[in-house]
Amino acid sequence: MLKGYGAVILDGVWLTLQLALSSMALAIVLGLIGVALRLSPVRWLAWLGDLYATVIRGIPDLVLILLIFYGGQDILNRVAPLLGHDEYIDLNPLVAGIGTLGFIFGAYLSETFRGAFMAIPKGQAEAGMAYGMSSLQVFFRVLVPQMIRLAIPGFTNNWLVLTKATALISVVGLQDMMFKAKQAADATREPFTFYLAVAALYLVITSVSLLALRYLEKRYSVGVKAAEL
Amino acid sequence: MIFDYNVIWEALPLYLGGLLTTLKLLAISLFFGLLTAIPLGLMRVSKQPLVNGAAWLYTYVIRGTPMLVQLFLIYYGLAQFEAVRESFLWPWLSSATFCACLAFAINTSAYTAEIIAGSLKATPHGEIEAAKAVGMSRYKMYRRILLPSALRRALPQYSNEVIMMLQTTSLASIVTLIDITGAARTVNAQYYLPFEAYITAGVFYLCLTFILVRLFKLAERRWLGYLAPRKG
Repeated sequence: MLKGYGAVILDGVWLTLQLALSSMALAIVLGLIGVALRLSPVRWLAWLGDLYATVIRGIPDLVLILLIFYGGQDILNRVAPLLGHDEYIDLNPLVAGIGTLGFIFGAYLSETFRGAFMAIPKGQAEAGMAYGMSSLQVFFRVLVPQMIRLAIPGFTNNWLVLTKATALISVVGLQDMMFKAKQAADATREPFTFYLAVAALYLVITSVSLLALRYLEKRYSVGVKAAEL
Repeated sequence: MIFDYNVIWEALPLYLGGLLTTLKLLAISLFFGLLTAIPLGLMRVSKQPLVNGAAWLYTYVIRGTPMLVQLFLIYYGLAQFEAVRESFLWPWLSSATFCACLAFAINTSAYTAEIIAGSLKATPHGEIEAAKAVGMSRYKMYRRILLPSALRRALPQYSNEVIMMLQTTSLASIVTLIDITGAARTVNAQYYLPFEAYITAGVFYLCLTFILVRLFKLAERRWLGYLAPRKG
């Protein structure tokens, strides 16, 4: 298949999926931290959270990827000798990619989560407080479970954008399916064929995610009555 | 680590040239994107399955694949076919600027078409009934009632799309164009100062984003003032 490059590209698919899933996991953690900061009553913490969300969302993904990848490598090689490490360190593109995409999409998710948290009636958190729960307990036991249903539509959108953004990591040398396709295209001089194949693979990934997340949304909305017009 | 301002100061003309390229790419792709998005949006609300289905497929495929792949398909991919290389279009299709504009316009047209379709569907049914009641033809109804109000109500969502598009134009630097990101990559390649180079680019994009947000706020006050919450 595909002049023998089929298997190579499928290898890249696995790396793309790994990258997308791991960065989403990191983004969820950072998004929760971000929204906890932004909704915090402590003024400077809220400001810090807002700064994270605004600055990251106002700069293109590609610029942030290049900044964190090359800048991170620069810092690492300045700090490492101080710790007694003398060899030049090459950043692993997968690790750097997960860190970068997680950091970027944490900002987007904090915005999605913020909208969802604000849609939960105030009485819920107050009732939790009245039972003597600590604010962390209220956050994880009362607010987060209800927030998930409200956040799914926004989350679906963030996930699709993240999946497509993984293609950019090939620019800094991660051998994902985009990178493999470029290699195959250069070797065979048939770029259209290979980029079309990769486009189809991305379309499969986004379609499957869309179906899965729609199912999840239905599951989480079982207990909610939809108003009929 | 000390921030080296001198290099950035010297490279400022490069960044300003990049700014111009970014704005040019953005303006051209938004203009042609919006121009194609309006008929596509109308197709998306059509009751004829063939018309609606064709527009649905277009927006679904474009929105389901990465911009980078679309750009590579047009810039590198089309050259694979001899028919393309020998056609009268080749002088355009071999230019990175043209290919980037084409890819960006196609991309934004798909997203904008969905925004317009959503806005059309959200038209209060009373307005449509009233238009029918005074005997407007379909064409007149779209021209006088549906499109003017739907396009206005699409404004807040469209402002998001424009900002996303501004960020998307940074991909032009991958196909050799010197936009803001391209300028930063050049500076980094010359001096190996990743922080200085990319943070400067980031500041440029942040400023552009804030200006765009401001402009859309003004546009909303002008054209959506009647929907704003009452003051006082």
